[in-house]
Amino acid sequence: MNWYAIKAIYKFEMARTRRTLLQSIVAPVISTSLYFVVFGAAIGGRIQEVEGVSYGAFIVPGLIMLSLLTNSISNASFGIYFPKFSGTIYELLSAPVSMFEAVLGYVGAAASKSLILGTIILATSALFVPLQIAHPFVMILFLLLTCITFSLFGFIIGIWADNFEKLQLIPMLIVTPLVFLGGSFYSASMLSPFWQTVTLFNPVLYLISGFRWSFYELADVSIAVSLGMILMFLLACIGTVWWIFKTGYHIKK
Amino acid sequence: MQDTIVSIRNLSKTYAGGFKALKQVNLDIRRGEIIALLGPNGAGKTTLISTICGLVNPSEGQVLVDGFDIIRDFRKTRSLIGLVPQELTTDAFESVLSTVTFSRGLFGKAPDPAHIEAVLRDLSLWEKRNNKIITLSGGMKRRLLIAKALSHEPRVLFLDEPTAGVDVELRKDMWALVRRLRDSGVTIILTTHYIEEAEEIADRIGIITRGELLLVEDKSELMRKLGKKQLIMDLLQPLADIPDTLAHYTLALSADGLQLTHTYDSQGADADITALLDDLRRVGIHFKDIRTTQSSLEEIFVKLVEEAR
Ligand SMILES: Nc1ncnc2c1ncn2[C@@H]1O[C@H](COP(=O)(O)OP(=O)(O)O)[C@@H](O)[C@H]1O
Ligand SMILES: [Mg+2]
Repeated sequence: MNWYAIKAIYKFEMARTRRTLLQSIVAPVISTSLYFVVFGAAIGGRIQEVEGVSYGAFIVPGLIMLSLLTNSISNASFGIYFPKFSGTIYELLSAPVSMFEAVLGYVGAAASKSLILGTIILATSALFVPLQIAHPFVMILFLLLTCITFSLFGFIIGIWADNFEKLQLIPMLIVTPLVFLGGSFYSASMLSPFWQTVTLFNPVLYLISGFRWSFYELADVSIAVSLGMILMFLLACIGTVWWIFKTGYHIKK
Repeated sequence: MQDTIVSIRNLSKTYAGGFKALKQVNLDIRRGEIIALLGPNGAGKTTLISTICGLVNPSEGQVLVDGFDIIRDFRKTRSLIGLVPQELTTDAFESVLSTVTFSRGLFGKAPDPAHIEAVLRDLSLWEKRNNKIITLSGGMKRRLLIAKALSHEPRVLFLDEPTAGVDVELRKDMWALVRRLRDSGVTIILTTHYIEEAEEIADRIGIITRGELLLVEDKSELMRKLGKKQLIMDLLQPLADIPDTLAHYTLALSADGLQLTHTYDSQGADADITALLDDLRRVGIHFKDIRTTQSSLEEIFVKLVEEAR
């Protein structure tokens, strides 16, 4: 294993975050605060409580998931897409670095950033609403799995994309809608039976449900099913990355 | 027997669109030499280098670096190689020092600040070490790319068109550096489409066009073969015949008798222009204009391709 290379890539990516601190940390914190103001104060004034939890507290796990998903994807996809775009990828391709090591560096860094971001948003939320975390270890497990899985997913998008539009396409058209419709701001039980069934086809619902369970023991589906879903998605991403490297797809000429 | 460091066997590359950029290239590069790959734009120079360095997958054939296969033993071969690409592709907001340190790590070497400092000093970049790359001039960026390629102490250095967009001063410095590296045992492979440049720096020259390596020769040998020049004289009065006293020169007369052309080899014994001009005056041939032409690289290629058939 070329540990020096993994470390070099990891440090490079983390340094990029430090340079763009405003964009990568401050912006998400501000937008989270805005969600609290808009959803917490405006809607919360009417809904008050969901299954015994104040509405403001209820939306925290969903908000964190929303940030984790979008940021993991955008960090990892940009991290690998940009060298392809600027041409600096020549160095990675000419280095004694296996693709597995490259993934560890890039995805490791993207996942770390998301983890830091998730923690910051959690802390920000605690300023607005009283939080309780019933199962901290499960919470951390979900946080980790989500960061890693969606960073991998972002890496795949970054490899696949050959222009900026494609880079934005999947996050904008698929991921964000799925998160919003996945029960970030409501419980599936608040929907009509028909829409409840439709929601079950949304993979993000399982993530948010499991994550919320670790806070309040409130869940739309059982925690085991949630864990199973995220693990399945993780395996699918690992499989795809493996296949990409097997075929040299979209990297080498 | 010469010690081979890079051995290229029947290497072919067909790009995804079906374009054949390399056709059965065979080449042995000797340890410690400077070899120039000379060829016009689109000849396949970058493709050849990129294949050896791992940027392009070969379609056919094999490359060994220090006896190791570039695909099976890619870790071994790539840690021996440094690559300076043709395009000035760098990050923008990184500092000079951090990007060179990054390169060393990427190539699997333990940190060695003293070596990085030596490389940066050697390339006159040490003063700029804390500058962001985006603030560097084109020449500095070129040197930075060289520093990155040298950060992990490669034994083989590829320089793809290193003098593109580089001024005379820097070019001199670069050639001095290349010679120092060669003297320290580094093998250097560079590409260029300037014949003068290959002549100035290389020990051997390989000529490549349309994906084919036409020949590889010691520089002096090649220059002798290719260094044909012509001296063209526009005469004041038409000449009927070339006088017998001038028969030992390779002279040709135009149909109207107004232009006399002398073809000579710039390195050989027949290059004595003064003697020719003296002899011309002696037999009373006067001219109103005189100029020399050198066969262009294009003509040389055409000639070589024809010879290769
Ligand atoms: N990725 C690619 N896909 C298809 N054709 C390519 C690609 N890269 C280079 N070529 C073609 O291969 C030929 C050789 O290119 P290159 O190796 O860059 O030449 P040189 O470096 O000698 O100028 C050119 O005709 C070029 O258009
Ligand atoms: Mg080229």
